[in-house]
Amino acid sequence: MYTQSFSVPDGSDDAKSAGLKAVPKALSAQDAALQAQFDARIDADGRIEPREWMPEAYRKTLVRQISQHAHSEIVGMLPEGNWISRAPSLKRKAILIAKVQDEGGHGLYLYSAAETLGTSRDQMLDALHTGKAKYSSIFNYPTLNWADVGVVGWLVDGAAIMNQVPLCRCSYGPYARAMVRVCKEESFHQRQGYEALLVMMQGTAEQKTMVQDAVNRWWWKCLAMFGPPDADSPNSAQGMRWGIKRISNDDLRQKFVDATVPQAKVLGVTLPDPDLKWNEARQAHDYGQIDWDEFWATVNGNGPCNKERLGARVKAWNDGAWVREAALAHAKKQQARQMKEAA
Amino acid sequence: MNAPIDYLLHLADNALILGQRNAEWCGHGPILEEDIALSNNSLDLIGQARMLYQHAAELQGNGATEDTLAYFRDVPDFKNYTLCELPHMPLMAATSAGDRDFATTIVRNFLYSSLMVLVWDQLQNSKDAQLAAIAAKSLKEVRYHLRHSRDWLVRMGDGTAESHTKAQTALDQFMSYTQEFWTTSPAEAAALATGTGIDMAALQNDWNQIVNEALKEATLQRPAAGGFVPTGKQGLHSEHLGFVLAEMQSLARAHPEATW
Repeated sequence: MYTQSFSVPDGSDDAKSAGLKAVPKALSAQDAALQAQFDARIDADGRIEPREWMPEAYRKTLVRQISQHAHSEIVGMLPEGNWISRAPSLKRKAILIAKVQDEGGHGLYLYSAAETLGTSRDQMLDALHTGKAKYSSIFNYPTLNWADVGVVGWLVDGAAIMNQVPLCRCSYGPYARAMVRVCKEESFHQRQGYEALLVMMQGTAEQKTMVQDAVNRWWWKCLAMFGPPDADSPNSAQGMRWGIKRISNDDLRQKFVDATVPQAKVLGVTLPDPDLKWNEARQAHDYGQIDWDEFWATVNGNGPCNKERLGARVKAWNDGAWVREAALAHAKKQQARQMKEAA
Repeated sequence: MNAPIDYLLHLADNALILGQRNAEWCGHGPILEEDIALSNNSLDLIGQARMLYQHAAELQGNGATEDTLAYFRDVPDFKNYTLCELPHMPLMAATSAGDRDFATTIVRNFLYSSLMVLVWDQLQNSKDAQLAAIAAKSLKEVRYHLRHSRDWLVRMGDGTAESHTKAQTALDQFMSYTQEFWTTSPAEAAALATGTGIDMAALQNDWNQIVNEALKEATLQRPAAGGFVPTGKQGLHSEHLGFVLAEMQSLARAHPEATW
């Protein structure tokens, strides 16, 4: 699940490469020919495959975006994983475990896709663990009641699907193919999340209160998942030119709002925005101001759970070092024994 | 012919409590593949527990469901092996928050799966047709669990000096708990008498063979099982189960009227 629709600069990137505003270096004649070929492929809506020539900035942007996406999958296991032990029925427990397991699998697809660009999983994880690489801001918010699990399915996965469906047509083949597989599983989870909320909204007063409380806490964070307004998103134009991004942040956000409002109505919850209303002239919903200061604070490490999330990942990695070393040592011994037998 | 309810609950509680424990690794594994593997194992076990509880609930009647059995019974009502409820860490007095030691987890899964491949295989012939069908499904899953835990047991035992020590420590810690496998509870005796259950003592040689072969390959020493013989399947547990249930049941018990 869960990419942010944009790729936010990683901590390690310098301002130039982060914004991709660097003036392209003067191209050699050969590079110019390759660049022209690449541009033509993009213009024809073709796919770029791992062994083909691509501009360095394109490669770098994709590594950043796909690895952020992969990190988001695995950090995203934590807020929902938080409720596995307490899921209130065995059916919901099984659904939740299956979902979190799928997220681990999505992480694996995405690390593999990123590796086709010449990076390694260890390098990417090192960047995550040292705080250089980002992951989706949404996972820095806590899951405080059981309805959060349903709301994460409905709204967070819903926003992620809006982001990811256009990525199925992304110009980089391995990423596009990973997204096709991810979206299939994701849509299923989203419906299950919504269904869990429907059941709660037909239940006791306390259950209804839980759902409304969860919607109130997650709504604005989900809108922010689509990234900064188009006017403040200089990466977007380049992403569009490269066929990585297909629909702008604001357009995706609008689509999400328009799709979600009727779902909220069916559910019987209100969305916490007094400015939210149908605009007849635009044939779309108007909505209020997103708190971008809070969004950037969270992206930059100062959200409510940033330290706990990263701390849990780093601890898992450090505590697991001996396990990985054992597996390697055993594999080497096996190999040595096989060589000896063969000799 | 139906198996005694307490016997079904024993099988179900084993699966649920161990499933609950293995899910504690979700997001915290030593490598992403193991987050997935342990969640997968947990999901299988919870699936087995659900089938067994549903069968038990139907026999029990009185509005019992899989969820009333999982969420509204207390410690003495649970009939799982004590082995299944112990935390993933060196033994110490219970607290609700535990650390996670991968060797402990793997050794426990190995000892339990080595038993359950034999149990489910035999129970396919249970005179309780429903239980026989559940056994057939569960056998396929537990073979997979055994392969996973056995592979890791060998990797750890025949890996580094550190991993060897950790695996040996976990084995030393858990072996005496396996004594409970070979005792006979009243529920097991009743199930055996009706042909719905099996003779556990008769599985001991096969279990020893599975365990000893794996330990040899893993270059681990089999500790003598001795000392206290646990009694979890009779409802007398360790101090750990209370915390597992307090956490697992908290939400369901706070809203007993709710459906989810």
